[in-house]
Amino acid sequence: MTQQPVSSPRRAAPQPASRGKRPLRGGPAGGRPPGPLARLGRQADVRNLSLLGVLAILVAVGGVTEPDTFLAGSNLQLVLTQASIIGVVTVGMTFVITGGGIDLSVGAIVALASVWATTVATQEYGFTGILFTAVVVGVGCGLVNGILVAYGGMVPFIATLAMLASARGLALQITDGRTQIVTVDAVLDLGTPDAYVLGIPPLVLVFGAVTALGWLLLNRTTFGRRTLAVGGNAEAARLAGIDIRRQRLYLYVLSGLCCGIAAFLLIILSGSGQNTNGNLYELDAIAAVIIGGTLLTGGRGTIVGSVLGVLIFTTITNIFALNNLQSDVQQIAKGAIIVAAVLVQHRTLRRTGGA
Amino acid sequence: MSDIIKVFPGVRALDGVTLQVEAGEVHCLLGQNGAGKSTLIKVLAGAHRPDSGTVTWRGEEVVLRSPIAAMRLGIATIYQELDLVEGLSVAENVFLGHERTAAGFVIRGRDTRVAAAELLRRLGHEEIDASRAVGELSAAQRQIVSMARALSHDVRLIVMDEPSAALDPDETENLFRIVRELTADGVAVVYISHRLEEIRRIGDRVTVLKNGRSVAGGFAVEETSDREIIALMTGREIEHVFPGRPAPRESAPAVLRTRGLAREGEFAPLDLELRAGEIVGLAGLVGSGRSEILETIYGARRPSAGEVSVDGRRLRPGSVRSAVAAGLGLAPEERKAQGLFQLESVTRNVSVSTLSRFARLGWLDRRGERVATKAVTRELSLRPDDPDVLIRTLSGGNQQKAVLARWLLRDCRVLLLDEPTRGVDVGARAELYGVIRRLADAGLAVLLVSSELPEVLGLADRVLVLREGRVVDAAPALDLDEDRILDLLMAGHADTTSPGTEPS
Repeated sequence: MTQQPVSSPRRAAPQPASRGKRPLRGGPAGGRPPGPLARLGRQADVRNLSLLGVLAILVAVGGVTEPDTFLAGSNLQLVLTQASIIGVVTVGMTFVITGGGIDLSVGAIVALASVWATTVATQEYGFTGILFTAVVVGVGCGLVNGILVAYGGMVPFIATLAMLASARGLALQITDGRTQIVTVDAVLDLGTPDAYVLGIPPLVLVFGAVTALGWLLLNRTTFGRRTLAVGGNAEAARLAGIDIRRQRLYLYVLSGLCCGIAAFLLIILSGSGQNTNGNLYELDAIAAVIIGGTLLTGGRGTIVGSVLGVLIFTTITNIFALNNLQSDVQQIAKGAIIVAAVLVQHRTLRRTGGA
Repeated sequence: MSDIIKVFPGVRALDGVTLQVEAGEVHCLLGQNGAGKSTLIKVLAGAHRPDSGTVTWRGEEVVLRSPIAAMRLGIATIYQELDLVEGLSVAENVFLGHERTAAGFVIRGRDTRVAAAELLRRLGHEEIDASRAVGELSAAQRQIVSMARALSHDVRLIVMDEPSAALDPDETENLFRIVRELTADGVAVVYISHRLEEIRRIGDRVTVLKNGRSVAGGFAVEETSDREIIALMTGREIEHVFPGRPAPRESAPAVLRTRGLAREGEFAPLDLELRAGEIVGLAGLVGSGRSEILETIYGARRPSAGEVSVDGRRLRPGSVRSAVAAGLGLAPEERKAQGLFQLESVTRNVSVSTLSRFARLGWLDRRGERVATKAVTRELSLRPDDPDVLIRTLSGGNQQKAVLARWLLRDCRVLLLDEPTRGVDVGARAELYGVIRRLADAGLAVLLVSSELPEVLGLADRVLVLREGRVVDAAPALDLDEDRILDLLMAGHADTTSPGTEPS
């Protein structure tokens, strides 16, 4: 090696050199097709395909066992509507987990936001009052989570567990255990078939929009890239000059925002606010994220996978309900699916040389 | 054990190490950070399995499948970060995994305590109450508990990883006494330390590791001078061609300046001036404060005094972001743990510090990102020339280039390089040297830390010699030679111990 390695020959012919050398070098980059689309997250695609396969099998099972009801348009609308609320929560959860955290408080935040937004006082402000309150309560709770984790140095598990307990308590205090009926027609109307757009319920449209925005945010913005960096290697991210604390704060705020939106959807669907809303959402959301292929340790996340995870779970619930199977069987099936998904994930990781 | 090779993705952690330990001897294992000591003892402890090579135990070839298998053979390891369960008592820790039980599972508490107390007495530490929780003990006492645990097995070989690091002189004396008693019983001890004076005092033979290889195997301590040992640790077996130095540019403006920068217990107030186009090397042994200085300048550690300024502007103390914004870049010592995003592609690893440049309102221009990162990685001839390949599949040298590319892309002004050739194959080093020199020629100021003297001397324009957190000499590299630096480094050792340092 002499003084001037960057002399003209190397610069002049970079492309032929690289093309010619790649096969010789053998490495993992070996026979990879150069098209930018083909490169786009190859592993994630394979995983999403297998999830789609699972979903297709479930749909087939549903179609065979209950041919009349399962494939009916109204049932599909029902499944998607049910998936919407937990789905929005799951998109937020995907960000938190990808960023190396966990949010156990989502169900409680949904409950609190839904009851706060349906108090008599709030309902006086009509549609916007309810929507605004739900979102602000969600963001507020997320902000508290984020500050505790990012600046208070608390373990996410503990901080959000504390939020779970207190938000549920506050929700109970507000309602005194009573169901708060919504009387604002503008809100209730969104839950009726009249509000469907081309046969799609508004809730599903919101879910679709949140999913699309979430995908763009994670895959196309600096925010998403920093989320991956912080989740993948927080120390390296810090030394690379990323403000990891602020990033963490944002992640919990985002999750809270999703909870607020989900709470609003829940109010539309149920026409009421209850302190028992969103029960065990945290587990459903985490389970969907994990079977979707997001790494529980952070650093890799997929919105599409998470949404497929939600759809799989909702479809199972639906099929079981149609077949009059008890919910205990459902729970067992869910558990089995989580185990299977994680096992597959491990194997894929090992094959691709990771972990 | 012979010809042990252990390969981690991107790094050959062990590259043909041979270690021969005889019954009743204290065999010292020496080497700088990252030389492969920890990996080697993990192989011995059964925690890592080597990719090739053999382990021979009392004349028979064995495979150490697991820590338990190693323990059954009589190999006990006392790790540097002690592996005790804080909530359990001393006695419970000592017999953890092989509890004294009745009927196979009922723990005989009293029996356990008595046996543990007996072991502690043998170690000369009767004052440690066997029923106390380990969490309440001092670091030195925990060390004793670890040792008691090792002795609770029928142990023939004990590996001690820097056992004296947390001990004061009295406690170290006691440690030495225990080691001598063990060896008198025919137990072999592998003793890891970078304190030469300790090795001088209790070592029988020494093996020096460097870059994952045993560069000197099993020579007698008595017949070897400190100087030879340090030379083995810091020197290089292969001659390298270093890029030529340009004429010194006295007129170049100072980019980075520290004034009285210090961290208590780590390094003394430091005044440093780094000019554009200049490579300054920090030479020193492990523990001399070299990495700490780099990290403090970078804001990753908060200084206890002093300040850092770039182009005359003070940086916010203890703020990496302020340092990065001012144009500093760090290639950290632990590349994998501190520098890389293993799950990500080369492009994303390179662009991570420059994201906002490729974004409008947070929206990434991914094409622009790829084009720009590719230009930089080409500039550094990073191989393979594929921006989408995962960073962890790259060789150590190319991973390091990716880290450098990250800062080049940011147009950084000052590069702080901590062991830039650690884990880099010998053949790829010369290329990396060329890259670093080129960057300096292009106007960057470089601060270089390296365990290897020839590297510092060959690459840097100016060298600061560090000893125990203090700059003991500063001179143009051309005016220094290895001999002189070795003397300076050794003087440091003479300071800390009185007799026994000189080979008798």
